[in-house]
Amino acid sequence: MNGAHWFAIVAAIAWSAWAAQWLRLHFERRQRRATAGTGRRFVRPPGTLIAIGILVFFVTVAVAAPLVTPYRPSRQLDIVRLQNAPPSWGHPLGTDLYSRDTWSRLAYGARVSLAVGLLATLLAATVGAAVGAAAGYFRRWTDAVLMRVVDVGLAIPRIFILLVAAALTAHLPLAALVLLLGLTSWFATSRLVRAEVLTLRERDFVASARALGGGDWRIIFRHVLPNVAAPLIVSLALGIGQVMLLEAALSFLGVGVQPPTPSWGNMIAEGRDQLATAPWTTLFPGLAIVLVVMALNTVGDTLRDALDPRAGAS
Amino acid sequence: MTPALVEVEGLVKHYPGERLWWGLGPPRHLIRAVEGVSFRIGAGRTLGLVGESGSGKSTVARTLLRLTEPTAGRFLLEREDVFRLAPEPLRRLRRRMQIVFQDPYSSLNPRMTVRDTLREPLEIHRLAAGAERDARVAALLQEVGLDPALAAAYPHELSGGQRQRVGIARALSVQPAFLVCDEPVSALDVSVQAQVLNLLADLQQRRGLTYLFIAHDLAVVRHIADDVAVMYLGRIVEQASAAATYERPRHPYTRALLSAAPVPDPAAQRQRQVLTGDVPSPANPPPGCPFHPRCPHPMKNDRCRTDRPALREVEPGHAAACHFAEHA
Amino acid sequence: MTEPVLRVRDLKTYFVSEGGGTARAVDGVSFDLYPGETLGLVGESGCGKTVTSLSLLRLVPEPPGHIRPGSLIELEGRNLLTLSPRDLRAVRGNRLAMIFQEPMSALNPVLTVGDQIGEGAIVHQGLSRRAARARAMEMLQLVGIPDPELRIDDYPHQLSGGMRQRVMIAMALVCHPQVLIADEPTTALDVTIQAQILELLDRLQRELGMAIMLITHDLGVVAGTADRVLVMYAGQVVEGGSTPDLFHRPVHPYTEGLLASVPRLDQPRERLTGIPGTVPAASAWPTGCRFHPRCPHAWERCRTDEPPLVEIAPGHSARCWLVEEPGRRRPGASGVTR
Repeated sequence: MNGAHWFAIVAAIAWSAWAAQWLRLHFERRQRRATAGTGRRFVRPPGTLIAIGILVFFVTVAVAAPLVTPYRPSRQLDIVRLQNAPPSWGHPLGTDLYSRDTWSRLAYGARVSLAVGLLATLLAATVGAAVGAAAGYFRRWTDAVLMRVVDVGLAIPRIFILLVAAALTAHLPLAALVLLLGLTSWFATSRLVRAEVLTLRERDFVASARALGGGDWRIIFRHVLPNVAAPLIVSLALGIGQVMLLEAALSFLGVGVQPPTPSWGNMIAEGRDQLATAPWTTLFPGLAIVLVVMALNTVGDTLRDALDPRAGAS
Repeated sequence: MTPALVEVEGLVKHYPGERLWWGLGPPRHLIRAVEGVSFRIGAGRTLGLVGESGSGKSTVARTLLRLTEPTAGRFLLEREDVFRLAPEPLRRLRRRMQIVFQDPYSSLNPRMTVRDTLREPLEIHRLAAGAERDARVAALLQEVGLDPALAAAYPHELSGGQRQRVGIARALSVQPAFLVCDEPVSALDVSVQAQVLNLLADLQQRRGLTYLFIAHDLAVVRHIADDVAVMYLGRIVEQASAAATYERPRHPYTRALLSAAPVPDPAAQRQRQVLTGDVPSPANPPPGCPFHPRCPHPMKNDRCRTDRPALREVEPGHAAACHFAEHA
Repeated sequence: MTEPVLRVRDLKTYFVSEGGGTARAVDGVSFDLYPGETLGLVGESGCGKTVTSLSLLRLVPEPPGHIRPGSLIELEGRNLLTLSPRDLRAVRGNRLAMIFQEPMSALNPVLTVGDQIGEGAIVHQGLSRRAARARAMEMLQLVGIPDPELRIDDYPHQLSGGMRQRVMIAMALVCHPQVLIADEPTTALDVTIQAQILELLDRLQRELGMAIMLITHDLGVVAGTADRVLVMYAGQVVEGGSTPDLFHRPVHPYTEGLLASVPRLDQPRERLTGIPGTVPAASAWPTGCRFHPRCPHAWERCRTDEPPLVEIAPGHSARCWLVEEPGRRRPGASGVTR
């Protein structure tokens, strides 16, 4: 771990702080514009700045992993002397059972955990929005059939499906994991979107678009969906956190991301037996998950306040 | 009789009540929102449609524009039967008829700027492109009395009156001949209401528009309408010129409405004729004359309870649906 | 000379927004309300009339709003602003009651009508549940609800709009308050139902001898119901007087403008004047006279100096520099036809 890496880490922290400040100001400006003159106060959830900073930091570390880490994540260093070594200057987060640098594994593991979380949630949001919009806009038979499917989906416990899928295949490729997580997470979103769409389609501006001669597709994409965007984005932020936890749980159980590819979940799993002797191997990835999920929840609240056009309606 | 711009005959709209079998079966009962409404509006004239909640007046508006499909009836706009049109010819005909809504807060898409809102109809009907489109948007804004710089604003940055003007501009963008105004000033402050009413009157003169003006405020209707139709429980109960309706009302409901309307002059207060009972619900209309449970007419008798009076001419150009309309 | 039952002096209610700006929603309002009279408070949206009514009952959410020290609200001689929360609760609903515009949101949807009406009697007068139910039945009859013995166990959603408004009136009057504040009580109702409710309020006032403060934007309602009227604009009272004075001899250009904007049923069709411009935001009242940007008579003094509320005739006051300099009035500018 030489000076360059330390410098890179400090640079990442500084950049995160700056970006967090900039983003928060940007959101605040939008919110101010939306609530101007209505006398309505906007409440900023505490710790927004830190939350955004945490997210930016981990994303940066994930993207710039080679720059901030001295070792490849699967590189086994001195097997004898560096096995389960506690944190030191050379290894800020210590090493694990296989003499791999925890910090490097954390950084590369961020890539996997964050990517799986984001992609799966995007997939879930897309499918959920499409189903919810169709059910809410077209109603009657479409609505009835789709909502019954959603009911079934909500009734079956996700872990169960995922475990079954994992058990049926010897080795679950990452893409399949993302697909599985995404396709089992869209049900609640569709309900949310459907509820929004049901109200929206009665609004006068939708009637006006129809009176002007607009067709269904134009109305759905230009009028309905943009107004669903706000609650959808909020549920997205919260959803990423949920999927990350799910992925961590699966990896912990051994059916998610397979070693040696690091993910925060399987890092926790592998370090479980050393909890008494080398707690840092489990603690740091666990801490990382907690920080990111909490940050996502806080940001989700802030996003809702910033994006909700209703915040501006008098 | 010269053909009018707008001819509506026997408009009927029934909504299904609560459905059996979890929303998939036939309805338990019908909500008879509109039960056979007919009227004609000459080009450049304004028909005021007056009524309280449950009268069906807003349903008439939405059905004429086929925002909801009518159950029966004909609507001839410039001699074409709007109700029989297929989707594509209907879309073209929509340019000739437009609607202005009541609620300035929900009639504009909160995520679209004023410019986007006004551009959309021009896009849908391919009326202009590029720079010409923006020029038209600016011209429309000026025509409704707004500063063209407001084009970049979002609806929540505008006042109620300004939003309503944008709604009017949007309706005008496709150059309609017929404009349905569904309570366009009810949600506005008094001083702004006057501005918008003046704007509508000016536009009618300048563009030769024909209006169907729907309102519950009789004083407002008096200021803008040439002819008036009073609705009660889905039917027209009185129809005449504005002057005749206000000076010589023939139907007891019209008289009650005029009597109940507050007058902003302490010296002009008169003995109010207060109707008992509630405004009826179209899901459960009374038998015979729909108004009979609340009717204060001294000659009301059993016939009113069994025989529904037809809308008949009492004087030339003045029709009322009451057995005793001559004895006002 | 009777004492006023409600005295308000220099009421100021301000709202602080997070950005640091202050919205001075009510900015120095004073008036007296005498027993048995109906005082109309008229104004358009943004004038502060609703905040005034909420301030009287101290229902303004404390952050971000607050009533400035120096304001006085005296009910039957007691200063409401210095009462402890417990004493204040004993006043609300008991001596001073309020009815609102939207009966559906003012009534609790999960409680029966009888329970909601009786609640006031139980809390303020210590009646037993049985006695409260009997009182609720009396109130239902008093407000003219047919078949009260059937209606008493109905839920709000089972009643029509007019019925719900009557229930709200019954709830407000169950303890026979001295003062009733009615905030746009008929705005959400149909015209024929509005007439019923106004007639009811009139009858109840005569029977119970209470004072009513009627807040509305509808000049027609005020003309038919109020004894005296206050016109509010931009957080201040700009004109006040008896109803005939205000409607037939208005002085303030805003009052004149309002009267010229209202369409009249009894007059032939003519062009309405309206008032140009829009109501300013409460966080940025114009300098000088707050109406000057929209006033057809404004001159330099109006832009710099805020006029005080002065009495021009017994019981008739106005806040306008035209009172001092009537020569500045531009002929034909107000568009009033009398």
